[in-house]
Amino acid sequence: MAKAKHWIEPHPQGIYVRPADVWIDPSVPKENAVVTHGHADHARGGHRDVWATPETLAIMGLRYGTEAGTPTAYGEGFERGGVRFSLHSAGHVLGSAQVLMEYQGERVVVTGDYKRRPDPTCAPFELVPCDIFITEATFGLPVFQHPPIAGEIAKIFARLDAEPDSSILIGAYALGKAQRVIAELRRAGWDKPIYLHGAQVRMCELYEELGVSLGELRLVMDTPKDEMRGQIIIAPPSALTDKWSRRLPNPVTAMASGWMRVRGRARQRGVEIPLVISDHADWDELTETIRELAPKETWITHGSEDGLLRWCELHQIKARALAMVGREEGDDG
Amino acid sequence: MRRFAALIDSLVYTRSRNAKLAAISTYLRETPDPDRGWALAALTDSLDFPAVKSATIRNLAGTRIDPELFRLSRHHVGDTAETVALVWPEAEGREQSDPSIDEVVQALSAASRATAPDIVASLLDSLDSNSRYALLKLAVGGMRVGVSARLAKTAFAQAFDVALDDVEELWHALDPPYEALFQWAEQGGDRPDLSATPFFRPFMLSHPFEGDSLDLGQYAVEWKWDGIRVQAVHLGGETRLYSRGGDDISASFPDIVEAFDRDGVIDGELLVRGTDQGGEAASFNALQKRLGRKTVSKKMRQEFPAFVRVYDLLMDGDDDLRPSPWHERRQRLERFVPKLNADHFDLSAVVEVDDFAALEMMRAGARDAAIEGVMLKRRESPYLAGRVTGHWYKWKRDPLNADCVMMYAQRGNGRRASFYSDYTFGCWTEAGELLPVGKAYSGFTDEELKWLDRFVRQNTLNRFGPVREVKKSLVLEVAFDSIHESGRHKSGLAMRFPRINRIRKDKPAEEADRIATLQTMIS
Repeated sequence: MAKAKHWIEPHPQGIYVRPADVWIDPSVPKENAVVTHGHADHARGGHRDVWATPETLAIMGLRYGTEAGTPTAYGEGFERGGVRFSLHSAGHVLGSAQVLMEYQGERVVVTGDYKRRPDPTCAPFELVPCDIFITEATFGLPVFQHPPIAGEIAKIFARLDAEPDSSILIGAYALGKAQRVIAELRRAGWDKPIYLHGAQVRMCELYEELGVSLGELRLVMDTPKDEMRGQIIIAPPSALTDKWSRRLPNPVTAMASGWMRVRGRARQRGVEIPLVISDHADWDELTETIRELAPKETWITHGSEDGLLRWCELHQIKARALAMVGREEGDDG
Repeated sequence: MRRFAALIDSLVYTRSRNAKLAAISTYLRETPDPDRGWALAALTDSLDFPAVKSATIRNLAGTRIDPELFRLSRHHVGDTAETVALVWPEAEGREQSDPSIDEVVQALSAASRATAPDIVASLLDSLDSNSRYALLKLAVGGMRVGVSARLAKTAFAQAFDVALDDVEELWHALDPPYEALFQWAEQGGDRPDLSATPFFRPFMLSHPFEGDSLDLGQYAVEWKWDGIRVQAVHLGGETRLYSRGGDDISASFPDIVEAFDRDGVIDGELLVRGTDQGGEAASFNALQKRLGRKTVSKKMRQEFPAFVRVYDLLMDGDDDLRPSPWHERRQRLERFVPKLNADHFDLSAVVEVDDFAALEMMRAGARDAAIEGVMLKRRESPYLAGRVTGHWYKWKRDPLNADCVMMYAQRGNGRRASFYSDYTFGCWTEAGELLPVGKAYSGFTDEELKWLDRFVRQNTLNRFGPVREVKKSLVLEVAFDSIHESGRHKSGLAMRFPRINRIRKDKPAEEADRIATLQTMIS
């Protein structure tokens, strides 16, 4: 701990901003919380006051019931205890934000989760200059390089051409990944209905309400088996090997995740079409961002912090790992 | 290289045997010589580039990426070749090329220890990530894409619509890139003459005996030994040991290979001598310690000495006996075996019985550790490749049965991926504790599988990754060929070929068998 008394304190349950008595992404209920985005490892229910983007608040509302909160658009913010907070687009999922805090002339940015590649379902990442850059490192190893998404989407079409009687079952996390895959399929010209697992429906509807159009979506439950031959189905990763999948005609299993870059990971899950599609920054994005920002210090919240730490050391960038718990790798990779 | 890399990837990601076969045969049909031959050799681990080892590419990675970052990455990925393929930096704006496999093979063959790093590095520089993976796997071996030699041969036979037996014979006689094999298969040319080479001859296989009686005047009786079927070949100054699938297992059994020094081809059962049984054949368990090893220590050879119990003689010198009837081959065999090293070769005796009733008695009484049952061989049969009806029958001794309690269940693969179809079951100790005694994933009907799957889901107590622990309430009647002592399991027992015989919904779990009962069945 280089600065034990710094005004920002990392704790296992979140980042605490002492002068403002505000927590960022706390994993347990707190009085005051800034929530970067709606994924369950960042957004928990039960806080008293919440600051988040309107989209994130809507997502939390869907997941945890009505949530009191102050909608805070990108570029806007609030002041508390002398700390000026503002939210800036993180490019991770709809509504995802980085948090910029300014206090006594020092600028600190917490990325939450972020990516820098274009995503038709959310605003692009904004590069926010800062003194201390508190970053995620989900894919903090040089093996993780996400290829252009068009090539990954093309794998789906190639398989459908080769096996017109099969259906393609894509495992995709319900918030963000599912909608991005759908939007990319649309962009690539797929205008047939896309079939959904029940658990994907409400979030897709919310995206539509918030202005992200996803085309015609149907529920697998309501569809006769044979109608889904040659079609694309999207389900949560946990449903891929579930009993539920038996209602599909010859399903070929695909999975959209940055972890699919490693063959063993795909094989472990019985995935036949690995789609390396991630909403997190890959190795090049993580390192490029640090290089561009050239912060005085880089703090690493979660992921493969050893890899990114080592890179910082090699490039003589002052860095430390915060060892946050509760943010283990999940299916939202 | 790209087409080959795509083949490797499709093999990595598919578990269906038919899909693998289709992918390989399409590739073989669509790819020109010599690339397809090299690909085939790479898939079956038949290529060796002595100058390129795993350490070569690991050290090479260290020239392009920080060794600590490589170590962390390697740790995450779990495979050196894949890690290097993934982290190898791609220079911006550099044209990626698509060399033929032949160019790659020529380059790697020409490499010396000293030049190998530069050669591999310049190849890596020119390839995309998937091709880099294919290149490194080809260079250092160990593809591990779930393709056995048998599967590759089957795909070859399918690709060109030729007989699998012919492919098996020719394959082992030829060297990569097998141009003569492709020419013969594709254009129907003459079969290459291979009589004096140590290639693999396809085994003659048997059908289960299901009749009530058999004329023992026409059929000879032998014990069916419980080891692994092997073919030992010594021809043209070279010796090879092949497994039933035609895989060359010489490296695992140097003791056998060294000892087989007479020109000929024998068919027999590979067994390990059991020290506790006066030098007789030990159980399959003992043999398992020797299987699948790339190198064998002196200690292994001493503790688990291997020998072949010989059934048949296919070639005596360069005299092909396969067209001759069994009784003639047997006569030649009885003269052949005594000339071999008695420590490593003995003759499988012909069992003399008066009539079928006596045979039934004898079979029922046979509980020797290494006896699986009896073989019935028609005296006039030639040695025929494959499983041809009416010649050889296997008559396994009746299986043993035990009532066990289901303890854990795991999902199956492929068609069974959504079913809990692999079951671990146990029996009771004297203290009333349930200890696992085996695992089975067959024997039930599709209907029963559905029922078992539902049982598992409704009675799950705990989940450990893919494994579910279930309520210890369901009795399964398990059939197995034999049971042995084993240090690997807490119960101290291991079953051979266990399968689910019946679901005993009627039986309370407390009334399942005890470990002590199973111990009395040890052969």
